[in-house]
Amino acid sequence: MTSFFQNLGMSYEAAWFTATIAAILLIALPLMLAVAMIIYAERKLWAAFALRRGPNVVGPFGVLQSFADGLKVFLQETIIPSASNRGLFLIAPIITFTVALMAWAVIPFADGVVLSNINVGLLYILAISSLGVYGVVIAGWASNSKYPFYSAMRAAAQMISYEVSIGFILICVVLWAGTFNVSGIVEGQRGHIFGFINAYAFNPLLFPIAVMFLISSMAETARAPFDLTEAESELVAGYQTEYSSMAFALFWLGEYANVLLMCALNAILFWGGYLPPVDWAPLYAVPGIIWFFAKILLMFFIFAWVKATVPRYRYDQLMRLGWKVFLPISLFWVFLVSGYLMFTGHFA
Amino acid sequence: MIQLVSFYIFASIVIASAAMVIFARNPVHSVLWLIVAFFNAAGLMVLIGAEFIAMLLVIVYVGAVAVLFLFVVMMLDIDFAELRAGFVKNVPLGLLLAVVLVAELVLGIGAYQAGAVKLGTPEAGVATLSATVPNIEAIGALLYSKYVFLFETAGLILLVAMVGAIVLTHRRSHGTRGQSISSQVQRRPQDATRIVNQPVGQGIEL
Repeated sequence: MTSFFQNLGMSYEAAWFTATIAAILLIALPLMLAVAMIIYAERKLWAAFALRRGPNVVGPFGVLQSFADGLKVFLQETIIPSASNRGLFLIAPIITFTVALMAWAVIPFADGVVLSNINVGLLYILAISSLGVYGVVIAGWASNSKYPFYSAMRAAAQMISYEVSIGFILICVVLWAGTFNVSGIVEGQRGHIFGFINAYAFNPLLFPIAVMFLISSMAETARAPFDLTEAESELVAGYQTEYSSMAFALFWLGEYANVLLMCALNAILFWGGYLPPVDWAPLYAVPGIIWFFAKILLMFFIFAWVKATVPRYRYDQLMRLGWKVFLPISLFWVFLVSGYLMFTGHFA
Repeated sequence: MIQLVSFYIFASIVIASAAMVIFARNPVHSVLWLIVAFFNAAGLMVLIGAEFIAMLLVIVYVGAVAVLFLFVVMMLDIDFAELRAGFVKNVPLGLLLAVVLVAELVLGIGAYQAGAVKLGTPEAGVATLSATVPNIEAIGALLYSKYVFLFETAGLILLVAMVGAIVLTHRRSHGTRGQSISSQVQRRPQDATRIVNQPVGQGIEL
């Protein structure tokens, strides 16, 4: 895109700057639209699981429901509790929202279609997703209220716990792909099984960690059954209790952008990202971005399915699963995968 | 041009937020300014082409260490007046520390510019460093060949610290009833419930 702006008569630096801004908008705006639609899709899915109709009033089949909600929230008054820490109270939702968008910079949407194709792409995602906890913790503290604070403490402990096992799972994938570059990991899956299936998930050695990653990503985004940070029966609405209007909407958008990101990561790391499921020439006629979105939506369906059917964990069960089950297994799996790769001369 | 602009942005934010760490009255604000400083220092690392170190800085310091800092500081019940009362008493010590640090900084920069100090020349590793090799691979090649024993020793020291912390804090508590997760998982509905077809108007023996 830089060369396009250069052809318009800009200097290289000006063209690069304009192209980057344009690319950021090109990712962020459709992402916001996708978040709005995904919220609608999820409500419809839950409704179907519960034999209800779900949103069906605004627009055909209720598709415009999210926009109506957005407009309603936008017109509400922003209430700032007088005992709160005003500055931090307002910054917290902005942090959550921004961080949720930042990680998309290194996600490849199709072959070569990526904003920033950096060497340490996966580490960048890990780094950015570890920032997500600040929005929640700051919101909980700045609200100066009991329940948000409990929620913030839970969120901090939960995200740190599951990041450890996610780190080890990522290392297994990186070992197999031989690179931290996200596009490189996708390309490493081309014809991975029997020379024609494009996915790490069908590798018997990697399938268990694919499942673990799916579960960990639910815990990392604080989705049901791990949504203890906003367990309404114990904590009112968790860290969002004191928020209203746009600040609340930013949390909501950020949360769903994070969920989409985790779905995209699942698709990229284990299900072949933008590659078609099978390495067969006619399937490449379909653009990579379609395959990628199809995989994201499949993952999102699983997320919604779990949220609709699995009851919430207790807090001690959550901690036990993270530290006593996932951590040892993923640590052992790093040992297993690296041993296998070493033994079969993968690195030679 | 862009590098220059971003360098000045990152550098000035690092310095400003480092100053705010000291000047902020609320310790939670101090920690948050510290996080801003870490984050922008990572930006400086990216500018000199050390992207791996930059990511590590964010993951380790911002993502883990600072979260625990924040966690602890948020839960402290601090009396700000008492905190500031000790200021005058501690000024001489603080000044001494500042002088020592400035002297060390001057000496360090002086020694660097003189170019005289040569501690352990890593020629073996430098051979693998080139512009085309990503620096994560270059660091790996150096760490797992030339410095493998030092690296593993560092790991061992951390392990000892971890075990030590557990030994110091772990106590067998008496009188508490732990949970048996496996028996909870194995419990079936018929173990705990029974279905009764109860005629209307009659009581039930439980």
